[in-house]
Amino acid sequence: MFEFCTAPSALDDLRWMACYLTTGKQIAFYWSFGTVLLLLAVTAPAALAFGFLGALASRSRVAPLRWLGTAYTSMVRGIPDIIFFLFVPIALDQGLEWLRHKAKCPDWDQPVRQGSDFLVCAEAKLPLNTAPQWVHESYGFALAVLAFAVVFGAFAANVLSGAMRAVPRAQIETAEAYGMSHSQAVWRILVPQMWIYALPGLSNLWQILVKATPLLFLLGVQDIVYWARELGGSKTSTFAYPHPDWRLWYFLGLLVFYLALTSLSERVFARLSHRLSLGQATAAGEKHRKAAA
Amino acid sequence: MKKLLLGTVLLTATAGMAAAQDVVRIGTEGAYPPYNFINDANEVDGYDIDVANEVCARAELTCEWVTNDWDSIIPNLVSGNYDAIAAGMSITDERDEVIDFTQAYYPPDPSAYAGLDEIDVTSAVVAAQAATIQATHVAESGATLVEFATPDESVAAVRNGEADAVLADKGFLVPIVEEDPDLVFIGEDVMLGKGIGIGLRESDTELKEKMDAALASMKEDGKMAELLEKWFPGMDPDF
Repeated sequence: MFEFCTAPSALDDLRWMACYLTTGKQIAFYWSFGTVLLLLAVTAPAALAFGFLGALASRSRVAPLRWLGTAYTSMVRGIPDIIFFLFVPIALDQGLEWLRHKAKCPDWDQPVRQGSDFLVCAEAKLPLNTAPQWVHESYGFALAVLAFAVVFGAFAANVLSGAMRAVPRAQIETAEAYGMSHSQAVWRILVPQMWIYALPGLSNLWQILVKATPLLFLLGVQDIVYWARELGGSKTSTFAYPHPDWRLWYFLGLLVFYLALTSLSERVFARLSHRLSLGQATAAGEKHRKAAA
Repeated sequence: MKKLLLGTVLLTATAGMAAAQDVVRIGTEGAYPPYNFINDANEVDGYDIDVANEVCARAELTCEWVTNDWDSIIPNLVSGNYDAIAAGMSITDERDEVIDFTQAYYPPDPSAYAGLDEIDVTSAVVAAQAATIQATHVAESGATLVEFATPDESVAAVRNGEADAVLADKGFLVPIVEEDPDLVFIGEDVMLGKGIGIGLRESDTELKEKMDAALASMKEDGKMAELLEKWFPGMDPDF
């Protein structure tokens, strides 16, 4: 990075460190913080959407929809995360490739499964072998987001359906007494009020999601924990910047990052909870009313 | 957003259809210097990489590198996420049942024990990387096996006292022991495996033929010996 970095072994400590901290590998490590934040920014709303649909489905008056919602939440919550993270992307990837294979190579005569091999024609590969590296990476990232959204959506669905049940029954009865239809009562009365009951559960989920990102490497996405382990491991003189085991320092850095992230989110959730309890028939809402009066 | 992203990817993937089909994606671990590692410029580097790149040049294939966790490196090959493995993988009968190997591009090499001082390695606590021939050997030798996900962690376990010794390929351990005054080789070397080959799907016979031919020509004209000398100085290049 700097001009004096051409012969690292001849440098004094300070310059050596400056060069070391700006190698291509270190830069990739810094970028991976962005990857993690991007993943969180995309996954959280996606998981919330999955959760919301799951919660609505499990409360639905249409029986098959209700079964679907219940099956989704109880299945995903009951199966270990790691199995889901391995299963969802592989199954989805092979499913999509199989569909493309059927559409694009109708005259392929070999079986798709040969022993343990999964074989589709070259045109059906997803992404294509010829696609540039960033396409492969974004595809992997998209699969990772989907896997996270499915798993965390199931937990969110459970939190949200609990929150829907916690809205006082009297509110819905009043809505019906005013002549609102079922769906009107749900959208105008139930949904706006349920968030305050869902918030503690959702904030828990968020904190767990923040810490679950190392699972990313299972899906081939290189996150901060992968890089900390890779960079911190002791390096012999095969590398331009040999150093002993520095994992402690790298993981200390991660510790600070995760603590900062979680304490920031706690503050955001505290504010959100304040906002949402305004005008609610809860103890916190009552307190606001008294303070304002 | 997610759907949008997936949609864009699908589109771009379809758009690139017309291009040549003979791109071979090669998976490696990137954590086993000098066989394969990620160098300071964030590129894959090492003996495996040099050999496979030369193979690709001779077989007129376009090759691209993918790094993958060691544990899932074979499952990802058979499910088609990449087409070959060049990751210092020893040819063993167990692996040969699931995937195919080219001829060896690294001789059947000794594995060695390294530790802080001389101990009986058949009754000690020995560290090894999970799912390697060394881990299998330790388990069979009567010693207590502790497994680690990466080779580096298995060496770190010896340094911090978690294990008494580590068993790994000698080519990997030599630079580490040379540069660490505390570590020494213990006991006798053990011969494991049938050398290192490029792993391929069993159904990929065409690619196997191409790569085998390229490897044979590299052995003939001395290119292989040159690369061996570059990454493993002092090793007997004759095989």
